[in-house]
Amino acid sequence: MSQKRVLVTGLGATSPVGGDVSSTWNALIEGKSGVALLEHEWAADLGARIAAEVAVEPTEVLDRVKARRLDRSGQFAMVAALEAWADSGLADSDDVDPERLAVAMASGIGGVTTLLSNYDVLKEKGPRRVSPLAIPMLMPNGPAASVGLAIGARAAVHTPVSACASGNESIALGVDMIRMGRADVVVVGGTEAAVHALPMAAFAQMMALSKRNDEPERASRPWDKGRDGFVLGEGAAALVIESEEHAKARGARVYAEVAGAGITADSHDIAQPDPQGLGATRAMKMALREGGLEAGDIAHVNAHATSTPQGDVAEAGAVRAALGDAVDRVVVTSTKSMTGHLLGAAGALESVATVLALHNRVVPPTINLEDPEDVGLDIADKPRELGEGDLAALNNSFGFGGHNVAIAFRTV
Amino acid sequence: MATTEEIRTDLADIVNEVAGVPADDVQLDKSFVDDLDVDSLSMVEVVVAAEEKFGVSIPDDEVKNLKTVGDAVSFIENAQS
Repeated sequence: MSQKRVLVTGLGATSPVGGDVSSTWNALIEGKSGVALLEHEWAADLGARIAAEVAVEPTEVLDRVKARRLDRSGQFAMVAALEAWADSGLADSDDVDPERLAVAMASGIGGVTTLLSNYDVLKEKGPRRVSPLAIPMLMPNGPAASVGLAIGARAAVHTPVSACASGNESIALGVDMIRMGRADVVVVGGTEAAVHALPMAAFAQMMALSKRNDEPERASRPWDKGRDGFVLGEGAAALVIESEEHAKARGARVYAEVAGAGITADSHDIAQPDPQGLGATRAMKMALREGGLEAGDIAHVNAHATSTPQGDVAEAGAVRAALGDAVDRVVVTSTKSMTGHLLGAAGALESVATVLALHNRVVPPTINLEDPEDVGLDIADKPRELGEGDLAALNNSFGFGGHNVAIAFRTV
Repeated sequence: MATTEEIRTDLADIVNEVAGVPADDVQLDKSFVDDLDVDSLSMVEVVVAAEEKFGVSIPDDEVKNLKTVGDAVSFIENAQS
């Protein structure tokens, strides 16, 4: 089947290890952790008091009045999307028809801190003091809509919501839009700002969070035998994706191709992954098939690998099942070992990392892998060079609810 | 009791905080919407902040009559007296 090629022409990020793409990438290659003990008063009573907060506060880079009209998740989205938009070369041009320009900016939880702070105001000061901006700030589509307004997107603005798979799902949706002919350019990505007592207490009640409070930088340790849960992260990432003909017509710089996407559902449990990883395996195979790729084309997998006891092992089995014997030539890594888990932004940030791994032909390390579980994968514990020639990579994201989304990227 | 100028100055600080309009631009003859670019949601924020600052109540039905900074200052002066 002949289908439109979709290219990545812009990247943006604000993450726990850097305020933009270049600082984030450099930190990932250096193996720098963004996790720290939370000094906030509200964190004092929590069982898990560590998190990966953004390296650069968005209020330092956004206009003050614009920032105060956005939830923290909207602020992150704006920083990342505007960086990607500028990086694509489209910001100062009229090369894209606004009616052919779309946004798909995901979130796992939405404007939870706005919701909770306004509820505090309601209880303490009454309904008259609730902010008139609370609804546009807390609605999950708020960040996507704000990005759409900022860049003048009129084809459509979407907010996929599938917990921790949301960021990848936004990329899949953007690819579909271009292939279906509904847009020429889509700013895709994800954002999350849930470092707050309530989500942290709730995740801890699910036994999902690491309680390694005395060693924050060593807490996120995917596939290490000492792992005890994920570390909550925050931030956003965005990619400008574009049809090949549109990118070529304007002479755009191209990082990589989004070859294909695979989306499946486990139908197993609301919170636990399918122990056999069947849905994850199907998602990876689907991404390969859609991208016209063979298992042997894959040089690298950016795993979901959150550092939970069950999830990391289930995913490893799924990767082996999807790639078969070819898995021996695949370098696997977990970005979350450094950034923590950005929930609805994770897929987007890790797609930026995957694209750059192909573009720069080097895979960032998985840190804290001191006593590795034997999962039958070649996990990079140091930066690893990728070979010459045409290469492809997979980025996995899985979410509570049984959502599995794999995206296949290819060098250009 | 606050003077007209004191109320205008405090209101100007609120408009600056909410909408980023330079406080010196917030003069009595200026329209919130047409001159100062204060949109409807920001206007609600200004009204609520003014209620808190000046200890007055500004009913929702009254807000549509507060077209200029002078209208708002007069309303607040009357409500305080």
